[in-house]
Amino acid sequence: MLGVLTGFVEELRAAGLPVSLTESIDAAEALHHVPLEDRAALKYALAATLVKSSAHWKAFDTAFEVYFSLRGTQYEIGSPPPGPAPADDEGGAGADAAASGRGGGGEGLSPEELAELLFRALLSANDAQVAALARQAVHRYAGMEPGRPVGGTYYLYRTLRNLDLDGVLERLMQTARADAPEGLTPLEERLARDEFRARLDTLRRELEDEIRRRLVADRGTQALARSLRTPLPEEIDFMHATRDELASLRKAIHPLTRKLAVRLARKRRHGRKGPLDFRATVRHSLSTGGVPVEPRFRYPRPAKPDIVVVADISGSVAAFARFTLHLVHAISSQFSQVRSFVFIDGIDEVTRFFEGVDDVAEAVHRINTEADVVWVDGHSDYGHAFGVFWDRWGEEITPRTSVLFLGDARNNYHASQAWVVQEVRHRARHVFWLNPEPRAYWGTGDSILGEYAVHCDDVVECRNLRQLERFVEELA
Amino acid sequence: MSAPGVGEDEAEDHGAALGPLGFPDPGPPLFASVAEVRRRLGGAGYLADDGIAGVVHLADRLAKPVLVEGPAGTGKTELAKSVARVTGSRLIRLQCYEGLDESKALYEWNYKKQLLRIQAQRVMEDGAGTGDRGGSRPPGGEAWRDLEEDIFSEEFLLTRPLLEAIRSPERVVLLVDEVDRVELETEALLLEVLSEYQVSVPELGTVRATQIPMVFLTSNNTRELSEALKRRCLYLHLDYPSLERERDIVLARVPGVSTELADQVARIVRSLRTLELKKYPSVSETLDWARTLVVLGMESIDAEQAKATLHVLLKYRSDLERAAKELASAGGDRA
Repeated sequence: MLGVLTGFVEELRAAGLPVSLTESIDAAEALHHVPLEDRAALKYALAATLVKSSAHWKAFDTAFEVYFSLRGTQYEIGSPPPGPAPADDEGGAGADAAASGRGGGGEGLSPEELAELLFRALLSANDAQVAALARQAVHRYAGMEPGRPVGGTYYLYRTLRNLDLDGVLERLMQTARADAPEGLTPLEERLARDEFRARLDTLRRELEDEIRRRLVADRGTQALARSLRTPLPEEIDFMHATRDELASLRKAIHPLTRKLAVRLARKRRHGRKGPLDFRATVRHSLSTGGVPVEPRFRYPRPAKPDIVVVADISGSVAAFARFTLHLVHAISSQFSQVRSFVFIDGIDEVTRFFEGVDDVAEAVHRINTEADVVWVDGHSDYGHAFGVFWDRWGEEITPRTSVLFLGDARNNYHASQAWVVQEVRHRARHVFWLNPEPRAYWGTGDSILGEYAVHCDDVVECRNLRQLERFVEELA
Repeated sequence: MSAPGVGEDEAEDHGAALGPLGFPDPGPPLFASVAEVRRRLGGAGYLADDGIAGVVHLADRLAKPVLVEGPAGTGKTELAKSVARVTGSRLIRLQCYEGLDESKALYEWNYKKQLLRIQAQRVMEDGAGTGDRGGSRPPGGEAWRDLEEDIFSEEFLLTRPLLEAIRSPERVVLLVDEVDRVELETEALLLEVLSEYQVSVPELGTVRATQIPMVFLTSNNTRELSEALKRRCLYLHLDYPSLERERDIVLARVPGVSTELADQVARIVRSLRTLELKKYPSVSETLDWARTLVVLGMESIDAEQAKATLHVLLKYRSDLERAAKELASAGGDRA
């Protein structure tokens, strides 16, 4: 058991979780107090001792499912065969046994019968039956081949395509409608739909579990853990995020902005001690008989900076620009003023989208659809955009302004107009450039970052939320 | 006032007995098993799921504090209170806020009383006619040493929650509420208490716990807590409950609610939580809503009634508008 535990801890560390030595000792100690045959209890015990942030839960969950999967199959409800049966490579006989053992149907079923059984199981919320059928479906449709180095998502996709869950959902809804004598009100319909969706999610999870179990049996724990390792939300690369990753980024950004705002507000108040506050000191000394035991100080109120964001929102860096605008505006209370400009080859001010709305995400979405940023062909032209920016808004930059340029400076071989950045530098307090590309790519190909960089106070690599957060914190 | 453990800062380990490897000895178990935790918490009206019960059980066995994190209103504080209730312990609560310091969390010398004591001494001596009026007494004399010993004794010590929890002879559940509100530096105050179950008072020595208190720290996650603090705790993330659990909670906590209504309430709340809202309805708001419906005498809810009472659940105008719109639609468009 200790061997498994250390391997597991290694894997967590490799996935980016900060697991300290004391914590793994605690985990080992905790194992004394949980029944090892209870897989759920084991999971919670390990989670409580090893994972100290809810953002890391997903990574933990994946690693746990992989490391303790073979050992866990016996515990699975509704799988009577002993031993790691469903992981059996030879035609998935174990899975069949599991399914047929529950009367769920086995090899002999036609696809239609399987679909029908699944539909009934979902309708009656029979979890054990759903699990057994999920195994059967994976065995039948995923087409898993031993040793093939593809990720589980591919098999999942193949299985889901065959099951047509959207169709199943519609059928479930029709049944629900038919069951209600005088028809469903919209509210009832909505609730029914949510219920069925939740059941379908259960099915999807069962499918994923089953696929993972088979993959573990095929490729071994460590290899699979490595290939399933997903980056933590704050480490997802903006430029190469998948749709799911973008969704988890969006989820992560809200608590992040809240934390950042709290932290900055505190920093502002507690950063430095001001001069002695004589009045408050005397007032306070009354409680100690007129002896000024505790001196009181005035807190300084440092001026908040003005921010101007100039962001490239062309395809390649759009996600990055979106997150940065979101972050800066979400903590706009920490700045005295925030103005935003977006460009591709034309440039437009978008500050108005953020005014008076309390939903920053919505405003960012409107920028994408409503801002007027195309001048000629909709390919990035930093030079033209900067030229227009200087002509129209250059006057408004003051010595209190910090200017942030966002983009990869891939200019499609247009003129750079780097003098704009130089002029801005003369007027503004600071000029920063944030680039979502890895440092090694800067200045390669059509990237002309070097021409702009010489005029900036600093050029910062911002590939993920963590780097972005660090930059914004230092800015305020 | 007898103070167990005070002043015995070396040699005899009277206080919290340390087990092998320096783990604090948790003493006799409070709960025999995870199932018992669930059962007893359930009896007190707190419906724990396996995760919660498991962590409470572990906290008791390992003698470790529990850091409970999660959205507001999911029963973090209530968990500590319920554990105190079922174990028959006294609940000592330290409410954290910005600017909390040692003198509010650990202990403080009662210097008003100390000043009085010194003045009283002087008056007594003057009354005795030493004739030394107004002259300041040079420190270091015999009388001064006595006085010093006197004013830095138990009698002049104001115990604050942390020291109180350590010194208490009876069983204690210590609740450190909203620990994320204190500054990062102040967290350090907690570390000695949480890992060694002791408090050092320079003038008195180290105060050790006679019994290991059960400690819960709650956090709303407004900032990252320090690694040092997290390392010393077991971690429990309390999220919104599953449909079944929420329904059971409503049934357990709202008198006079019918099963049907509770089910409907839980379903609508789940539906609302799938929307993109600024603030999701918490469990306590679900309970408030269920109570409202019971008071209004409703047996079941339709969309109109739901809309009319939504303000109990949602606290932002934009959220209310969105929810009202969504509840009136069948919601088929969501991917």
